[in-house]
Amino acid sequence: MSKRAQSSARGASGHRITRVDRLKHWLARHRYEATEALRRLLQMPLAALMTLSMLGVALAVPGFLLTLLVNLEQLSPAADLKPQLAVYLKPGIETRRIDVISRELLLRDDLLSVELISSDTGAQEFKQRTELGALLDLFENNPLPAVILIVPRDSSTGALQTMQQSLFAYEEVDSVELDIEWLVRLGAILGSFERVSLILSVLLGLTVLLVVANTIRTLISSRLEEIEVSLLIGATSGWVRRPFLYAGFWYGLFGAVLATLLIYLALIFVESPLRELTTLYLGGFELQWLGFQGVASLLALGSVLGWGGAYLAVSRQLTQFDAR
Amino acid sequence: MAAIRFTSVSKRYDNGHDALRAVDFELESGEMVFLTGHSGAGKSTLLKLLTLVERPSRGEVWVGEQNLASLRKHQISHYRRSLGVVYQNHRLLADRSVFQNIALPLQIAGYSEDDIGRRVRAALDRVGLLSAENANPMALSGGEQQRIGIARAIVHKPRLLIADEPTGNLDPRLSLDIMQLFEQFNRIGTTVLIATHDVALIKRMKHRVLILDKGRMRNV
Repeated sequence: MSKRAQSSARGASGHRITRVDRLKHWLARHRYEATEALRRLLQMPLAALMTLSMLGVALAVPGFLLTLLVNLEQLSPAADLKPQLAVYLKPGIETRRIDVISRELLLRDDLLSVELISSDTGAQEFKQRTELGALLDLFENNPLPAVILIVPRDSSTGALQTMQQSLFAYEEVDSVELDIEWLVRLGAILGSFERVSLILSVLLGLTVLLVVANTIRTLISSRLEEIEVSLLIGATSGWVRRPFLYAGFWYGLFGAVLATLLIYLALIFVESPLRELTTLYLGGFELQWLGFQGVASLLALGSVLGWGGAYLAVSRQLTQFDAR
Repeated sequence: MAAIRFTSVSKRYDNGHDALRAVDFELESGEMVFLTGHSGAGKSTLLKLLTLVERPSRGEVWVGEQNLASLRKHQISHYRRSLGVVYQNHRLLADRSVFQNIALPLQIAGYSEDDIGRRVRAALDRVGLLSAENANPMALSGGEQQRIGIARAIVHKPRLLIADEPTGNLDPRLSLDIMQLFEQFNRIGTTVLIATHDVALIKRMKHRVLILDKGRMRNV
């Protein structure tokens, strides 16, 4: 080796060829190690399948949760959505008095919009929108109160509360409800769901790392003689690591492929209930699948974790061969 | 120039055992030398210091112009490529052919595929086993396995050939064959150091003998 390097260092042109040769050899080596690692993995289908299913599940759970999260976020209030107050008037108030109240509200400059829904209009809408409309016919008089929907200019929580209080100045007002409350509540639920998903993702990512490390450790123990002999005849730690890193890479990649399949199956399973839930609130709902970016990230994450787990396992083994 | 030089080298293991005590000796370049002594005398330890499997507790080990103490961890692999080492149990890998076993040092050193093919066959020819190229090493006899082990040690033409009990598992006739093989490599300029306790064999061959006794070098 040293003789070769010396002779090639003499001529500049020779040196360049050597470099290209070295790169070619390096690439050929990597290609060889990658296919060899794949061949060895496919040689023991049962053991590999067990590990792969473990990796698949560990990667699928966070992937599924995050996809679900993206979907549920469609429900959270849009940025331009202003909170609305529904002012319920007491039943049996004269229509003229109601008009006066709504006009007075229209004149206030701290309100963006005022919409009056009379008890008749309310009853019509109720009949149109729900199957329970026939219930109204059971009543002698329309039991629905008139409602005035107002959108305040200032949508801070404090201002909304003051507004709510000030509306009770009208003795005709029965109750004032903040329409946005459920959205705020949903936001909080989604927020904690996001946290839980994140924690689970980190824990399961760690699981992937450890599962691969453990698998590679077994692989190493079956090739200890090869490692030791290689080191004794001049292999670098990089050389010794390489086949195991590729094995870890393949495990991670195939685990991620399996995880992608699992996530798709799970999404198909939850699609219809999710659609029902969201149409109740939003009307239109488009199920978000993993998408190209999602699949690519999942595969990349799986490969990197596999590679990393293998690196941990081999490094631990290599320190045992260091000269004392 | 000395191929190997030990200056007051001592090795004490973690368990307190003194394997080598102030060992001094030199090997001239191109020399063939036997290293002998009872088992436990320190032969293996001395070879482990040369292959940097172990580091000395005190003293200096020089190989050629290289003080081994100055080699950092990442330089060890390159240093080892300049050696050829033969083991008593030959340490061939059972999961690959004879060819692949001998090719391993060349692959590690980064030789091209064509180059590897030529050199492996040349090495096989030198040990007289050209026809065994595609065999599994475990299918060969003990003597043949050791020849393959030697082919692997010399395939990259090392300046220094080290052997640890290379005839330990062989009968006297095969042992002599193996030793004569080492002499052949010595004749073309390779420095050879062979650790063995086969005193009868050493006496038949006219080479310098180093004797270790409880970690001390007796006659140099």
